[in-house]
Amino acid sequence: MKVSFDNEKSIYIQIAEAIKDDILKDIFEEETQIPSTTQMSVSYRINPATAAKGVNMLVDEGIIYKKRGIGMFVASGAKEDIRNSRKNEFFDKYIAAMIEEAQKLGISREDIIDMIKGGEKKHG
Amino acid sequence: MGNILEINNVSKTYGKTAALEAINVSFEEGKIYGLLGRNGAGKTTLLNLITNKFEATTGEILLGKESVWENPNAQSKICYMTEKNMFPKEFTVLQLLKSSFDFYENFDLEYALNLAEQFKLNIGKKFKTLSKGFESITKIIIALSTDCPLVLMDEPVLGLDAAVRDKFYRIFLDNFARKPRTFIISTHLIEEVSGIIEEAVIIDSGRLLLKKPVEEMLQMGYCVAGKSNNVDKYAEGRKVVHSEMVGNFKTITIYEPVSQRDNQTAASLDLEIVPVQLQKLFVHLTGD
Repeated sequence: MKVSFDNEKSIYIQIAEAIKDDILKDIFEEETQIPSTTQMSVSYRINPATAAKGVNMLVDEGIIYKKRGIGMFVASGAKEDIRNSRKNEFFDKYIAAMIEEAQKLGISREDIIDMIKGGEKKHG
Repeated sequence: MGNILEINNVSKTYGKTAALEAINVSFEEGKIYGLLGRNGAGKTTLLNLITNKFEATTGEILLGKESVWENPNAQSKICYMTEKNMFPKEFTVLQLLKSSFDFYENFDLEYALNLAEQFKLNIGKKFKTLSKGFESITKIIIALSTDCPLVLMDEPVLGLDAAVRDKFYRIFLDNFARKPRTFIISTHLIEEVSGIIEEAVIIDSGRLLLKKPVEEMLQMGYCVAGKSNNVDKYAEGRKVVHSEMVGNFKTITIYEPVSQRDNQTAASLDLEIVPVQLQKLFVHLTGD
């Protein structure tokens, strides 16, 4: 999990996104326990209320669930849910931003397509 | 959760000088507060009033429902880590820890000795021979080993290097998780505590400037940068707390309710919106 204080996002949102990233990367697998808000608070030097706010956001989204007296667990199906919602964000976050920047720089549609093809070759 | 501490209309004057003017502020149970202010703003005066060092000129300070003034019962629930040293000069660190054990109702001596080891504090040394950093560490250990529901820390990390400060923040948060209670931390190292404190209480020239959750403050404050005339257009009717110009490039800091932020207008004026750090926001809000 990575959390940065210079980031423009609130720390609790960064906490939520960092947990999601780790679920996508199988660092936290479904039906396994994630670190407690106390552990997050101590290792990132953040207020425990902030950590709890990030985790509660994921509870509301159904990504994480609480087992009373034990802790927080990754829900089954969480990885698929995260992947789907990230796919929906992909257009806004990357494609729309890319088109805007390309227009500013006068890069043509064909050039962008060529760049994508070149990039795909590099990353196999 | 209820309030543990209420400061009602408190003023303190020394001769003709007003150190604090009509302060109204309350603190909730189980939260970490940052008490922030410029030098001479009145932070230490406020802490001294809470802990019965001086009497308020007007107003009252309540712990629970009791006045703190000349009230040993209320005072026994407050642990005050001062910047000044109030300890007997000849005491060793171990003697200080033992006398704290006798003084406070529930002082965890074992935990205190464990912390001393973690901070590599030589408990056989006399307190007066300690470096500034180890003086702070001794006082931190005492404050964290009590279980007073209200802990006041005045410049807790004074003289500590970056690595030891980081260790302190880790140990402090671990301690808070085990024994949640109210901490009021006065510090000048604002950026370091911005993630740790839940709410900021800012005092400026003896008056309460604001009390707000840090997260809310950071959402209200933001910088707008771009071509000078476009920045001016965006700034119209907004609360600008700071402005800087390099050539024709202007950066302003705005502090306003989140709902008033207008990303679309900013984008149409080709302006960049960037977040502002708590320390910068504090500097701008307190007038430089």
